[in-house]
Amino acid sequence: MRGNLAKAVELANLQRFRHAPLPRSYTDYIGRQIFLVLLTIQGVAAFALITLGVILKKFGQAHGLMHPRIRQEINRAGTSLLPMFMFVALALGFLVIGQTVAALAKVGATSYLGSTMVIVVVRELGPLLTAMLVLARVGTANVIELGTARALGEVEALEALGIDPVHYLIMPRVLGMALGVFALTIYLIIGALASGCLCAFLANVPLTPSDYFRQIAEALNWLDFALLALKTMAFGFFIAIVTCYHGLAQPLRLEDVSRVAVRAVTQGIIACLLIDAVFIVLYLLT
Amino acid sequence: MSEPSISPVVLEMRGVRVTALRDPSLVVLEDVNWTVQAGEFWVVAGVQHAGKSDLLLHAAGLLTPTEGNCRLFGCDTREFDETQIRERLRVGFTFADGKLFNQFTLAENVALPLRYHRHHTEAETARAVAGLLELLELTPHANLTPGNVAAVWRQRAALARALALQPELLLLDNPNGGLTARHRRWLVDFLDQLWRGHEFFGGRPITLVATTDDLYPWQQPHRKFAALHDGTFSEIGTWGGAEFNRHQAVSELLTGAEGA
Repeated sequence: MRGNLAKAVELANLQRFRHAPLPRSYTDYIGRQIFLVLLTIQGVAAFALITLGVILKKFGQAHGLMHPRIRQEINRAGTSLLPMFMFVALALGFLVIGQTVAALAKVGATSYLGSTMVIVVVRELGPLLTAMLVLARVGTANVIELGTARALGEVEALEALGIDPVHYLIMPRVLGMALGVFALTIYLIIGALASGCLCAFLANVPLTPSDYFRQIAEALNWLDFALLALKTMAFGFFIAIVTCYHGLAQPLRLEDVSRVAVRAVTQGIIACLLIDAVFIVLYLLT
Repeated sequence: MSEPSISPVVLEMRGVRVTALRDPSLVVLEDVNWTVQAGEFWVVAGVQHAGKSDLLLHAAGLLTPTEGNCRLFGCDTREFDETQIRERLRVGFTFADGKLFNQFTLAENVALPLRYHRHHTEAETARAVAGLLELLELTPHANLTPGNVAAVWRQRAALARALALQPELLLLDNPNGGLTARHRRWLVDFLDQLWRGHEFFGGRPITLVATTDDLYPWQQPHRKFAALHDGTFSEIGTWGGAEFNRHQAVSELLTGAEGA
């Protein structure tokens, strides 16, 4: 209980390095930055493992209180963002997919349409755009909420009540965001492909909707579905972990919250790009 | 009413070094040796920043001593984890500023420990919460969030939340801080009822430890006093005793209070 957060705090104790006097040379400065990056990676990884352990061990504990909280987080990181995602899907379809389809048709390359759409929309743009939007909308709110709770001593209050802060505050956010990003990506992809088809139809591209969707369906294989699920859940998991880590796993004062939020969003973007790179390698290998 | 009989040790500190919550490298008290037995009512006095809150956080097992041993109900707080959750829940704790959850109403704050630790139905939880709110005269404020009520009601809601799980040992960090004379009197009387055994809790006495920087409200002979001064912890007996009257911290606090 107390140990979970204490371990994370121990690993997140980077303040002394950040506030140390300025180094005398550029090499010292670069060395310190590298050291800070390594310590942050260690802290985030440890926090991720601790959270995974808590999810596995305590998923059913206090279910009367916790399961509604998980549903609430799924709603926050998923359902409530649906209108915004429908708008983004429509825009993506008209601005990118419609134009791509028209350009391919102009050069007589419509036979590449399916594989192009799968690579661009299903594998890359859909998951990455969803992750970035969820990071901006929900991840930032996570850091601010948790950072404020930390600064106001609410975390100590939870511990005083015998409530594990990782279980109560982090587990619902991690599960909610992992499932939210997965579901929103599916909706974004379907919406973007459909609006792209509509755009192509309106632009008089010589391609029937049935041919358009048949080509996309033929270009998709089971691995795309499996890796899409894995990738989007990994995005959601790590966005939640990075933002919660920065909000919760270090002692904060109220004035630190905004600075920490900026750092968390930056690291969230980097984490998503790194995960994306790993999946590109996986796609190339399979 | 007769005093509760002295029984087993509930809190024991041996050679404890107390460090600050916000800066673990800062030592606020050295070599704390203290034993609290079941049925006792302790008041720990000290000026502001003497280390009262940090001492209480160590006593509650919320901070681990870097040196020495702290035992709660026989369990070393260094090893407090999931397996000792039963022992952990025998201790109630209220912070100096209440530390309520700002997004919840007062009723939801009080309900939180019950909903987390007890497998009650919603109706049973609601009944228990309503009883506690009534006991602490919080019913009219039940559906307000902490930001919309005065500090005194926040303080009482924090006390109600700490009492929700019916602890055997209640640690209160400066419970009188910022209260008016009327509310101070009410609180001290209420704590006395808890210590003697309130009928709401089935007449079971609760062991109490409160910190304070104002000794006047606590001047009754049944309480034991300790003082924090110059980074040391000393037991100073009961109100008006020779050791009590001699202690530097006591004279500072009483003089300060008179001056105020």
